[in-house]
Amino acid sequence: MEILKANLLSPIALAFALGIVTKLIKSEFSLPKEIYTGLSIFLLFSLGLKGGVELGHATFDSVAWPVVVTLALGCVTPLTTYFVLRVVGKFSVSDAAGIAAHYGSVSAVTYIAAMTFVKSQNAEPEGFMPTLLTLLESPGIHIALAIGAIKTAQPGQSLKAVLHEVLTARTMILLVGGLLVGLAMGEKNWGSIEGFFDTKGPVFKGALTLFLLEMGIVAGSRFGDLKKVGPFLLGFGVVMPVLHGALGTWLGTLAGLSVGGATVLGTMAASASYIAAPPAVRVTLPEANPTYYLTSSLAITFPFNILFGIPLYFQISQALHGGG
Amino acid sequence: MDTVTLKMVTLVAEPVLEEKLTSKLLELGAKGFTVTDSRGRGSRGIRASEVPGESVRIEVVVSAKVADAILEHVKQAFFPNYAVIAWVTTVDVVRGDKYV
Repeated sequence: MEILKANLLSPIALAFALGIVTKLIKSEFSLPKEIYTGLSIFLLFSLGLKGGVELGHATFDSVAWPVVVTLALGCVTPLTTYFVLRVVGKFSVSDAAGIAAHYGSVSAVTYIAAMTFVKSQNAEPEGFMPTLLTLLESPGIHIALAIGAIKTAQPGQSLKAVLHEVLTARTMILLVGGLLVGLAMGEKNWGSIEGFFDTKGPVFKGALTLFLLEMGIVAGSRFGDLKKVGPFLLGFGVVMPVLHGALGTWLGTLAGLSVGGATVLGTMAASASYIAAPPAVRVTLPEANPTYYLTSSLAITFPFNILFGIPLYFQISQALHGGG
Repeated sequence: MDTVTLKMVTLVAEPVLEEKLTSKLLELGAKGFTVTDSRGRGSRGIRASEVPGESVRIEVVVSAKVADAILEHVKQAFFPNYAVIAWVTTVDVVRGDKYV
């Protein structure tokens, strides 16, 4: 309970809640799109840079197993999502594959929130976590879209376009590019820009708080669609992340990650993308209903993870590491 | 001033379709096009974008034949599953040879 309370009273959770309330009282307020975009560029590039600098310190042995389990998670989560939706939820192939693409991928914002949370609990995660984020980002989308495209007998050429789109999207450029820049410049040069880009610093935390306010508004604007998606998807949006979160935390622990690192990996597995996946799904699987995948990932799973999921995965991780 | 009578096709579509639509316009014989960001509400309501209600408005001036080809393509490829509306207006343009 203490941990849950600490999370709910954190600036980012409160700003997120304020954003939701803003929409619930039907305020017109939202961040200008350019500022929202600018903040996300800053947050992602900071992560990439810091991750690259830290990756320079990591040994091959410490990274190898976490990389393997991350790739395994990237392949498993879209499949479990797809089969649960098809078999239990009786969704159509397109709808199940569309939602699976979202749940197989990662929400970068949820990841950042998890990183910030575990640091606040003095459980410093491994420095190479951003590397794992980039590895988990794309396999899920592709596996799910491939299932959808094969099952609905659509031409495969659009999958290549989707691959290009996902790999050249803003998130990937900033994260992977930032990693490479950080790795190349090393600790010595990092000092000169640390004051601005430090992911533990006040600038980053302030930007994150402002960003979560806007994310609350975006999530809140989808709440009206909650009644359209039916009770199954409402339950699915909470149960699926808990299962994937527990699985990710367990695999992370097996791979040798610390309490913080396993929590963050679990959170990544639990999260559902709503920035990279929607346009890719819209173009590749036009029959999939956007109301289903946007509402479940953005209005259910995202708020659940930010407010309740992250502290839950943290406790699972603590228990798995033999403390608590 | 000497003017020539041509057709202007206007498409309002969800933003993910911008690239697909504009490349198809050129393929079907258009010499150029204009895209503007727009907002609105239609029968489908929801968009696969972070900002609900955002659309792109694509305008293109072409011959009557090309206009027909564009409408036919949009009807077959996009009307069934996407939020797209299309209409044609007759326009009088200067420098008519720029467009055909």
